[in-house]
Amino acid sequence: MGAMAVNAARRAQGWTTAVLRQVTSFALSLVFTFIGLTAVTFFIGRLTKIDPVLAVVGDKASKEVYDNAYIALGLDRPLIVQYGLYLKRVLTGDLGISVLTSQPVITDLLRVFPATFELATIAIVIGVLVGVPAGVLAGARKGRLPDHIVRVGGLFGYSVPVFWLGLVGLFVFYGKLGWVSGTGRLDVFYEDIVTPRTGIILLDSALEGEWDIFWNAFSHLILPAAILGYYSLAYIARMTRSFMIDQLAQEYVITARVKGRSFWGAVWLHAFPNIMVPLITVIGLSYASLLEGAVLTETVFAWPGLGLYITRALFNSDMNAVMGGTILIGAVFITINLFCDFLYRIFDPRLKSA
Amino acid sequence: MSVSLTQWLMDDRPTSRRQAVLGNLYRGLRAIIANPAALTGLVIVSLLILVALFAPLLAQGISPIDQDLARRLSPPSADHLLGTDELGRDIYARTLYGARVTLTIVFLVSIIVAPIGLAVGTIAGYLGGWVDRILMRITDVFLAFPRLVLALAFAAALGPGIENAVIAISLTAWPPYARMARAETIAIARSDFIQVVVLQGASTFRILFRHIVPLCMSSVIVRLTLDMAGIILTAAGLGFLGLGAQPPTPEWGAMVSAGREVILDQWWVATIPGIAIFIVSLGFNLLGDGLRDVFDPKAER
Repeated sequence: MGAMAVNAARRAQGWTTAVLRQVTSFALSLVFTFIGLTAVTFFIGRLTKIDPVLAVVGDKASKEVYDNAYIALGLDRPLIVQYGLYLKRVLTGDLGISVLTSQPVITDLLRVFPATFELATIAIVIGVLVGVPAGVLAGARKGRLPDHIVRVGGLFGYSVPVFWLGLVGLFVFYGKLGWVSGTGRLDVFYEDIVTPRTGIILLDSALEGEWDIFWNAFSHLILPAAILGYYSLAYIARMTRSFMIDQLAQEYVITARVKGRSFWGAVWLHAFPNIMVPLITVIGLSYASLLEGAVLTETVFAWPGLGLYITRALFNSDMNAVMGGTILIGAVFITINLFCDFLYRIFDPRLKSA
Repeated sequence: MSVSLTQWLMDDRPTSRRQAVLGNLYRGLRAIIANPAALTGLVIVSLLILVALFAPLLAQGISPIDQDLARRLSPPSADHLLGTDELGRDIYARTLYGARVTLTIVFLVSIIVAPIGLAVGTIAGYLGGWVDRILMRITDVFLAFPRLVLALAFAAALGPGIENAVIAISLTAWPPYARMARAETIAIARSDFIQVVVLQGASTFRILFRHIVPLCMSSVIVRLTLDMAGIILTAAGLGFLGLGAQPPTPEWGAMVSAGREVILDQWWVATIPGIAIFIVSLGFNLLGDGLRDVFDPKAER
């Protein structure tokens, strides 16, 4: 008895140290990668032919004003010092002023972010609800019809350009069939009625009981979300399928079957719980890439989120806004990415025996 | 000595390096032909190359950039097989010539990404220690970057154009190759023949580039083929946003973008180049899956 308790305590301690090590490694990666990201955006900012001084003082400024602004912006300092100043500004949320909206970029970003968040979240819900069962089915019925359907559907998803699928979707479901609403988040006459508490229209309108607006927002959202969700679906289904095939080949599944479990019972009650951990990582990763995929989808659907904000800024040479948006998407992307990796390591059963 | 060509190629004990290489190629080709999906991919990719080479011939002399404003946005007809765009340019000819642009991007990205990935990966894997740690940290940093958004920012800063789109894509595409090359290098470096070469006094440079890099090549090529669809889609995305090839160059992404405004009335303008992008990415995906099965049966998903 005593020896067992000591063993358990030692194991628990080993586990705590291992987890702590993972937490440190996660934090370090996060810091490193963020420094890398800002270094790249800083570097890109240097590369551009757009004069940062002119963006501040305008092209009618005298030589004296220009020189003063040049020094005030720290452009006479060594590059590494300039980068330090830049990093400090970014960390305090100072991303500069947008030329287009004459507002701080951070204010703009906070305003447009909920739209992207809403789109990506509904998309990932679609991706998970369809992708996971499809992948399990394909894995369990490997080489049969369901498997072929899922594989062909996935291959199509990997090969078709998202912006084109969006256009064709608009043409068919809005233009020809009239099943969904067109571009934008709401019909014009519904705009600015609901107070943007969260910025997520589905939530805001539901909170105020404005169900007309809710359904209108939904009919605008469903097509871009379905198209975006299709891409994560393709990836999630493919990964679920391969995890499932690995698990179903294990001996414990045979044991369960021998004990009298039905086939689908073995699939869902024995194999499925074992693929949960890698699956959560896959879902997290596809969520991160959805934020990115939203850039093209938003452009097609005139969806006023981060992606549309960045592309609009691009064509107005509004570099502060472009870089600010890049940093925000990059930071969210990196955090989700590394966090999934971290989760995977923490929940890896081998860590417990370490 | 009357040995048939097939026997010579399939010989288990090749007598020359040339025979071994050709034999391997022949076996690979047979495996691909035996796999219908991979064969479809191979056919599509070969067609892409043929179309790019013979675009002027296939377009029957119709220019991809000549405008005919009187006949703008005309539907598919005998004169214009796939209709005309908003400036009256022939969409059939533009789609054919677009194969050249796509192939250029694919080629340029490949010759940038593979050497960078191989160099970083093999050096890190062979030297180990601090060099390895630093190089892999940098690789991980780039690996965690959002590809399209970074490419977007790059293309925005450098100005739109094919070259800048290629640089932007390459910058975000090399890390997986470095990781792969590193893993292979670590395995190869342990093998006896490398120890022999070391004892013979070969320089590190020679070991890396004459002995290790050639052995990493096949997995790099498989991976490149698998990645190609993603690269083509990113390039088309940049083109769609107006950051890729500039008008009047017939680039498929930009052509889809041009058809956006008229999608509800003149569907062919945006649809046709989109189908071209789809077929080509599908071809690379199929071929890549097939190559992976042939060269690395363990990785079968």
